[in-house]
Amino acid sequence: MSRPRHTFFGPAFARQFSRGWLAAGFAFLYLPIVALVIYSFNDSPLPSVWAGFTLKWYAALARDREMLSGLWLSLQIAFFTACGSVVLGTLAAFALVKYTRFPGRTLFGGMISAPLVMPEVIVGLSLLLFLVSVQRALGFPERGMLTIWLGHLLLGMAYATVVVQARLRDLNPQLEEAAMDLGARPHQVFALVTLPMIAQSLVSAWLLTFTISLDDVVLSAFLSGPGATTMPLVIFSRARLGMNPSVNAMATVVIAVVAIGVLAASWLIARAERQRALALAQAARGG
Amino acid sequence: MSATLPTTAPRTLPGSSRNALRAPSWWRGRSAVIGIPYLWLLLFFLAPFLIVMKISVSEMETVRFKDVLTYVDGALQLTLKLGNYLYILNDELYFATYLASMKYAAVTTLLCLAIGYPFAYFMARAPKALQPALLMAVMLPFWTSFLLRVYAWKGLLGENGWVANLLEGAGVDHLLLAFGLIAAEGKFMNTPFSLVLGMTYTYLPFMILPLYANLSKMDLRLLEAAQDLGATPAVAFWKVTVPLSKAGIIAGSMLVFIPCIGEFVIPELLGGPQTLMIGRVLWDEFFSNNDWPMASSVAVVMILLIIVPLALFNRYQAQAQERR
Repeated sequence: MSRPRHTFFGPAFARQFSRGWLAAGFAFLYLPIVALVIYSFNDSPLPSVWAGFTLKWYAALARDREMLSGLWLSLQIAFFTACGSVVLGTLAAFALVKYTRFPGRTLFGGMISAPLVMPEVIVGLSLLLFLVSVQRALGFPERGMLTIWLGHLLLGMAYATVVVQARLRDLNPQLEEAAMDLGARPHQVFALVTLPMIAQSLVSAWLLTFTISLDDVVLSAFLSGPGATTMPLVIFSRARLGMNPSVNAMATVVIAVVAIGVLAASWLIARAERQRALALAQAARGG
Repeated sequence: MSATLPTTAPRTLPGSSRNALRAPSWWRGRSAVIGIPYLWLLLFFLAPFLIVMKISVSEMETVRFKDVLTYVDGALQLTLKLGNYLYILNDELYFATYLASMKYAAVTTLLCLAIGYPFAYFMARAPKALQPALLMAVMLPFWTSFLLRVYAWKGLLGENGWVANLLEGAGVDHLLLAFGLIAAEGKFMNTPFSLVLGMTYTYLPFMILPLYANLSKMDLRLLEAAQDLGATPAVAFWKVTVPLSKAGIIAGSMLVFIPCIGEFVIPELLGGPQTLMIGRVLWDEFFSNNDWPMASSVAVVMILLIIVPLALFNRYQAQAQERR
């Protein structure tokens, strides 16, 4: 194979430069995360002054009723958001991938991807005004957990659609057609052929929408009612005033859980992928 | 109601012979698959926008925040509509805020592109075995809380913060002060600088990911061909790589630019009195002034600002899907 020639300067310099750029970029991306973890173990409430190692902020966090009840509410909302988003997102992804033509498809595609980029203040305001109108007309829904869930679902559905859609488009349609030729009913094709093949994208869509819901400030602020204060709202109201040790401790807990969850999930997915590749290779050899 | 959407029988559709084959049994499934998410979006995404438009042109002279929703149809509507929007257009503060939001969003997009393009390029040219790990490393911060990562910059840029000390030690604050990006030497927080830094930090992965997806699929033989035909590496990069990655550049730029215009959390946490942004103005109109019609008008004008980039984004999104 010929030496690659698509570099600016000498290959050695180019390699060093590209490594340096990547390293600096990753340092930029990870610096705040590392900083929060270190702050949370700092004895001084001032983040920049190191006054020794302590766990007292974690003890304070364990007694922080406002933060913990916010966390519980957020976890519930995130769970239902993730479940609903995966269902709606899968349906939408199917509609977009399997049916290339239907009336209003352009509008449909636009409405699906708009929440990805639409400023959240607009989505939050419009959804709130809509729900208030509905409430005046019908007497429900009361602002609270349900309305926050509806807002998160709108955002989560868009993300879930993107994730599932990418996987669906990569699928080989011949497998589904073969199953149909062999007499499988449509719902059997879906449950026995399509679903196992897109399962891991459903898992990543679930995890992604869970974290998005767990993190959302703007939609929650617009859609929450009295007594429905989610964890990001608690964090946000404290963060406005400055650095807060209990927020640092909470941040470290969140970061640890997310990191472990994502790494475990990707490890499991990678293992499943390897096993599948192995099984396919064996099947191909066995004939 | 769902019957109004997919009424055309699938067997009559051109270019979908597969659907034609399974048309009878798929018929019910098809209308549910399309109809459920479609209706859901019409109800919770499109209808709310129409309501916002309605409220933005509704009366506001009597009881401001109580009777907003019972507006009267008729000639009154037009005059009030003009009044509400004219106020935004004539008020210097609103106008300046819209301009400033566009400016900050544009600067953030350029910075993300300047940092993100080389980053994505080097990622795509890294050893194949390493690439999944690099991709994972870009996405991991994206999975951890965005709110907390923005909040962390308060500590890093605040009094004696690590980054603040580093920048001060390097003398960068003099430079920033000369450009009017910070208020005083060594004071980085609550300035245009901290705002743009926070937005660049937050949206950088949104720039890197589409660019990487695009650049990693590029056929490197095209570059070799260019060089065989006498192009220097720089020329080949400019004439081959950049045009081929146009879709990625546009997708990434829109993913950064559009949400930045209406960003609220970052200006609130890292911005200052100097850095008015339209997301904050909308928030204050709604939560502090309780002026729902005004907040709605601000939102409608914001939608008008982003509608062109949004259409561009949707078009490229659709094209990218078609090409697959």
